[in-house]
Amino acid sequence: MRGAVAKLIAQRVGLGLLLLFAVSLLIFVGTQILPGDVAQSILGQTATPQALANLREKLGLNEPAYMRYLSWLGGVVTGDLGTSLTSGQNIAATIGPRLKNTLFLAGVAAIIAVPLAILLGLLAVRFRGRWPDKLISGATLASISLPEFFIGYLLIYFVAVKLGWFTSVSTVYDGMGFGARLNAVALPAATLTLVVLAHMMRMTRAAILNVMQSAYIETAELKGLSQFRVILRHAFPNAIAPIVNVVMLNLAYLVVGVVVVEVIFVYPGMGQFLVDHVAKRDVPVVQAAGLIFAAVFIGLNIVADVVSILANPRLRHPR
Amino acid sequence: MSKELEYLSRRVILGRLDRRAFLGRAAALGVGATFANTLLSSAARAQEAVRGGVMKVGLQGGAATDSLDPATWLSSVMFVFGRQWGEQLVELAPDGSLVPALAEEWSSTPDAKEWTFRIRKGVQFHNGQEMTAQDVLATLERHADESSQSGALGVLTGISGLSADGDSVKITLSEPNADMPYLMDDYHLKIQPNGGKDDPAAGIGTGPYKVVANEPGVRHVGEKYENYWRDDRGWADQIEVTVINDATARMAALQSGQVHMINRVEPKIVDLIKRVPGVTVQNVAGRGHYVFIAHCNTAPFDNNDLRLALKYAINREEMVEKILLGYGSAGNDTPVNQAYPLFTQLEQRSYDPERAAEHYKKSGHEGPILLRTSEVAFPGAIDATQLFQQSAAEAGITLEIQREPGDGYWSEVWNVQPFCASYWGGRPTQDQMYTTAYYSKADWNDTRFMREDFDKMLIAARGELDEARRTQMYADMSQIVHDEGGVITPMFNDWVEATGPAVGGWVPDGNHEMMQGYAPSKCWLNS
Repeated sequence: MRGAVAKLIAQRVGLGLLLLFAVSLLIFVGTQILPGDVAQSILGQTATPQALANLREKLGLNEPAYMRYLSWLGGVVTGDLGTSLTSGQNIAATIGPRLKNTLFLAGVAAIIAVPLAILLGLLAVRFRGRWPDKLISGATLASISLPEFFIGYLLIYFVAVKLGWFTSVSTVYDGMGFGARLNAVALPAATLTLVVLAHMMRMTRAAILNVMQSAYIETAELKGLSQFRVILRHAFPNAIAPIVNVVMLNLAYLVVGVVVVEVIFVYPGMGQFLVDHVAKRDVPVVQAAGLIFAAVFIGLNIVADVVSILANPRLRHPR
Repeated sequence: MSKELEYLSRRVILGRLDRRAFLGRAAALGVGATFANTLLSSAARAQEAVRGGVMKVGLQGGAATDSLDPATWLSSVMFVFGRQWGEQLVELAPDGSLVPALAEEWSSTPDAKEWTFRIRKGVQFHNGQEMTAQDVLATLERHADESSQSGALGVLTGISGLSADGDSVKITLSEPNADMPYLMDDYHLKIQPNGGKDDPAAGIGTGPYKVVANEPGVRHVGEKYENYWRDDRGWADQIEVTVINDATARMAALQSGQVHMINRVEPKIVDLIKRVPGVTVQNVAGRGHYVFIAHCNTAPFDNNDLRLALKYAINREEMVEKILLGYGSAGNDTPVNQAYPLFTQLEQRSYDPERAAEHYKKSGHEGPILLRTSEVAFPGAIDATQLFQQSAAEAGITLEIQREPGDGYWSEVWNVQPFCASYWGGRPTQDQMYTTAYYSKADWNDTRFMREDFDKMLIAARGELDEARRTQMYADMSQIVHDEGGVITPMFNDWVEATGPAVGGWVPDGNHEMMQGYAPSKCWLNS
């Protein structure tokens, strides 16, 4: 049986790679049809025609597009993301620290948000229809309904400016201690937590409630088990697949969709990095960042698939 | 109350209020004489420079794509940080006059074609090397190189020869230019070891702070260079520039004391900020201006009556009031104002729908006029365009507004489309401003203003060393632009910035933002 599972997983991973390849093509085409001229965007309003011509020549913008795609793809496969057009530096080296920052913030937010969401979901089920359920649902729905920048500004105003507990400028840099880093990301992590909490919590609640209708839950209850034990031991394991799916979607969001939060809290992550380079038409960096985002997204979805397979005997033993 | 006392004590120090009157006002506010005296002495102490501390600066205008190579600079952050670690041959005093920096003095031949700069001795680069005339020469060569991508290439195009001899550098021009020394103030022209030819982005200069951390788009840190050659700046031990592009975040950082000074305070929130204790709004009139530009060679704007109609159909005072909320002054359809040396005030044109209608009728044009705009054209550009549309409608002129995406505005719309909104940051001299945007062969002649007589006057004025005659020439030139140019200048914007309670030594300097970028090194932190 183990062979079948391994085969299924290998299939998923293979599909993921194929998807990534397709995405690379899309990214390349997308960056080619951006309006504006790369050289003009780099040199800006102060560029002279001579400087523009020199730069276009240097960037190899006169080569055909498919040649540029092939040489780019070749580089990526061998781990070479190329050099940035604007700063002339190695892209892998400049993206590295930014990616680490993004993963750190996403990690902190996830460590708070995921257990909290699941716990709140379980509580909501346990007290279904009573005031704790309504309170949890109401509060999380309210937090997801507010735009994230608004939550961010509220936190800045009350927690950073008025109370002075945490800093509103979350700049992190090399040589910063772990504690200082945690302090710096406190507010952005709290904002992100509030944004993703409701989705995961609602899904947990719905998935478990669905399972709660089953006959074996009734059996467990008739055995005299406590309500919370029934939910945790009997209902939750069978509801894992949909929960993991929604958790992974939210984790992906924490990595790829937080540019607004980064801007508000001045956090040096991938989102701001990508936006800066799009504005300057630094195509190699945009492509690299796009590919990394796609890889994260696809990777997390593969994890969700694999966990679903492992958690579901019916998928493990296909007929 | 504390806000008012703070304000009053500052007025005493500035000599605008005597001490007795201050104590009287303090008593009226219910403050005892002892406390009032303490407050006064702390305000007085604030006027003496204090050494030490970390000066933290929050700035808009930085991106992950920034580089320390001065040739590439465009953004505010690199401009300000560059002032801390690098220096040019000359610099502008707050009043706009030119003063020596790395050059001790300069002179020219009577025809203003050959300029000699004597280079200061005993100035050290941060790598310990002494700065020499060879380094200056190499710097100018690098930026003047046709194949370079330097932002200063434009101002150096008139150079036909460069040479160094002993401790002086000689610059030969193909055309006379009385403003030549001003060109050396261009912020790209930081003197670097061997001109930065070996490693342009090394960040080694002669400025008061040496670069210790450089994370583009995030933060830039400088540490006081112990062998810095002058002692009128570089008070803090360290400066830390944090890139904060979001206006609200910048304000919050200042309010919570995480930074000591910020740039680009939006006029919309100035009144709110003024009420925050300890925060001082610093505003100063500058040379930057917002414009609506029409191509003088494209129908229907090739008709001067139509251009005049549009000029009379705009309400400048209303725009200063509503777009700049008073933090600026009305323009006069020229690119220059009193912040420029050798400026002559022309008769102010004001909103006159009847005259606008008259000229419009004379132009024979009918139907709507397409005006392109975008939120990136200048802050409040969309609102300003709508105000223009309303005031023009009263004169019977229909403006059709087309909103363009900000992305690509500077390559697809500005200097391409015949009528659009835009801005200019201004230049140190009238000659530079006119040469950049009103000379018929200029790349950025964004109003397609091509007049042979104007070009001749421009070149003649450039070679004129007599100030009175030169002033008259510039007056005549601005009259021509005012009457026949394609530029409609509704307003000149102030630089609006803010400092926290600990900052001392701020002086109004309208040459560029953040006291021309010198604020972090010229200001100090009161303990």
